[in-house]
Amino acid sequence: MPDGGTLPLVRLSALKRHFDVSPPWLVRALEGKPRQIVQAVDGIDIEIAKGETFSLVGESGCGKSTVARLVVGLYPPTAGKIEFDGNDMSQSRGRAEMAALRRRMQMIFQDPFASLNPRWRVFDIVAEPIRAFGLAKDAADLEQRVGDLLRQVRLTPADGRKFPHEFSGGQRQRISIARALASQPEFLVCDEPTSALDVSVQAQILNLMMDLQRRFGLTYLFISHNLAVVFHISTRVGVMYLGRLVEVAPTDTLFRRPKHPYTRMLLDTIPDLDMTGRQRAPVAGEVPSPIDPPTGCAFHPRCPFANERCSRERPKPVESEGGTVACHAIEEGRLPVEERSYAVRG
Amino acid sequence: MAATEAVSGWLRRAADSDVWWSFKRSPLTVSAAIVSFLIVAAAFLSPILAPHTPFDPATLSLLDGLKPPVLVGEGGEWRFPLGTDEQGRDVLSSIMYGTRLSLLVGFASVVVAMVLGIGLGLVSGYVGGTLDAIIMRVADVQLTFPAILVALLIDGVVRGLISVQRHDEIAIYVIVGAIGLSFWVQYARTVRGSVLVEKNKEYVQAARVIGLAPVLIMLRHVLPNVMGPVLVIATINLGLAVITEATLSFLGVGLPSTQPSLGTLIRLGNEVLQSGEWWITVFPGVTLALLVLAVNLLGDWLRDALNPKLR
Repeated sequence: MPDGGTLPLVRLSALKRHFDVSPPWLVRALEGKPRQIVQAVDGIDIEIAKGETFSLVGESGCGKSTVARLVVGLYPPTAGKIEFDGNDMSQSRGRAEMAALRRRMQMIFQDPFASLNPRWRVFDIVAEPIRAFGLAKDAADLEQRVGDLLRQVRLTPADGRKFPHEFSGGQRQRISIARALASQPEFLVCDEPTSALDVSVQAQILNLMMDLQRRFGLTYLFISHNLAVVFHISTRVGVMYLGRLVEVAPTDTLFRRPKHPYTRMLLDTIPDLDMTGRQRAPVAGEVPSPIDPPTGCAFHPRCPFANERCSRERPKPVESEGGTVACHAIEEGRLPVEERSYAVRG
Repeated sequence: MAATEAVSGWLRRAADSDVWWSFKRSPLTVSAAIVSFLIVAAAFLSPILAPHTPFDPATLSLLDGLKPPVLVGEGGEWRFPLGTDEQGRDVLSSIMYGTRLSLLVGFASVVVAMVLGIGLGLVSGYVGGTLDAIIMRVADVQLTFPAILVALLIDGVVRGLISVQRHDEIAIYVIVGAIGLSFWVQYARTVRGSVLVEKNKEYVQAARVIGLAPVLIMLRHVLPNVMGPVLVIATINLGLAVITEATLSFLGVGLPSTQPSLGTLIRLGNEVLQSGEWWITVFPGVTLALLVLAVNLLGDWLRDALNPKLR
């Protein structure tokens, strides 16, 4: 939790994003079908403090990537507010002012094979944000900056003359990081930056990102479905389910004393080498369709602790051990806290 | 220094590329390339290479009229290897000058169609929504008419608007515009399709995160990545455009006889075909067929060479 005194760098309040996936109106009219709306993000509140790494985890289709895209402005929100350093991002402002805000946040994408323009040389790819924001004084300064950026991600300035296809996945992801750092941002949104990479390369990229964070005081919003990666890099973790946040907690607390039944279910999927012999509940069922989410708590059809209230009333997030949990069973004290061993080994 | 280095590097890469390899391996393509090159070279060097200037009345003599080709028939002269028409114009020179005009019209109308089609396709695909629907419905409607009909229509409208003399002066521009306007749909649809794929790729999103203007994203990021299929269509369309121009000229609505293209030459020769002077129409016809065949073969090869699924 960000301490009360300082303003969070990023604050999302009651953020919603719905997508209209209806068939064309002619088809709808002929078949008498209603509009179909996917509630990809359905009202989430997050505060991210300066210098921390906030991770969002959840199964595919839970809306975590949509949050990432909302934050950097690739989608406009349907409802709710995104504040960056106290500035409401939905307010219309002048070009220069908007550019000044955009410069301070950048994004690292999932697929290093799609995120670099195949027709551009690496130098131009990395130089693009510098040129777009007019950060370099002259050509020599630009060359200097791009060279420095490439060195920071452990490539050489000579690599700038090559094309993206001449690099491996890990190297491309480092080019992608160099491009994201080019505008000297404070806040980086990382959308599954390691999930397209080999395990050995994943660690390398994560360590590089943590190293850069220490050096430049970066703040990360880290999106992942890989709990091991999240445990490694995060200060706080938010667990998403069907467009809603079910639990937010500091990393250690979340992995050692998970509260929400969904968090427990996710943690049970991590193989553990200690062979404690503890009974695990396998992840049962599938994520329901976000077009027609269950009433009440979205998790209740899969939840072993659900009762009648859960299917009727949507749980509100309540404070718990430095985080929040949205669960009736926890709120009513029906579900005792369980200790897990995962964090101890980390 | 750096420039020559860049050029030699580019040549080395080109010689090493899959495209060059598939070119070398196909004798048909190599012959098509040689034929196209020879025709294009002969056409554009016609002021230097052609034995006569067929459109300069001062050099013409009616006494030279209707001479047959040298190797057939009586009265052929080496001055006129492919014979002459009834006004004593050398058929070979006419063909060279005519091919030049045909190619010019072909290239120019392909460029017009390309610029129009690429522009509308980019906007249609990138912006989407209502604008996309309008552009694509216009394209659909135009596709239901044969290109030649559209070109005839445009040419007819222009003829109705301006005087005959004025029309002869600007005939070439009208014909380029008419053919260009009748071929843009294919480019627009291809480009739109590719743009729909490319615009959701992460490199385009990365550019949007920076806040680059949509026009710049389209031109710098999307366009270079959709040019492959466009070049293939352009090559194949070059042949089609030359044929369309020839058809229009043959029908008498294309280039005037003072400025004859291959199509005009075929029409003029066709008028005297019945009286036995076959060479006036056959040689331009053969040239046209060879040119279009060669260009189409090149286009087919390019389509296959650039299609990763066929490698």
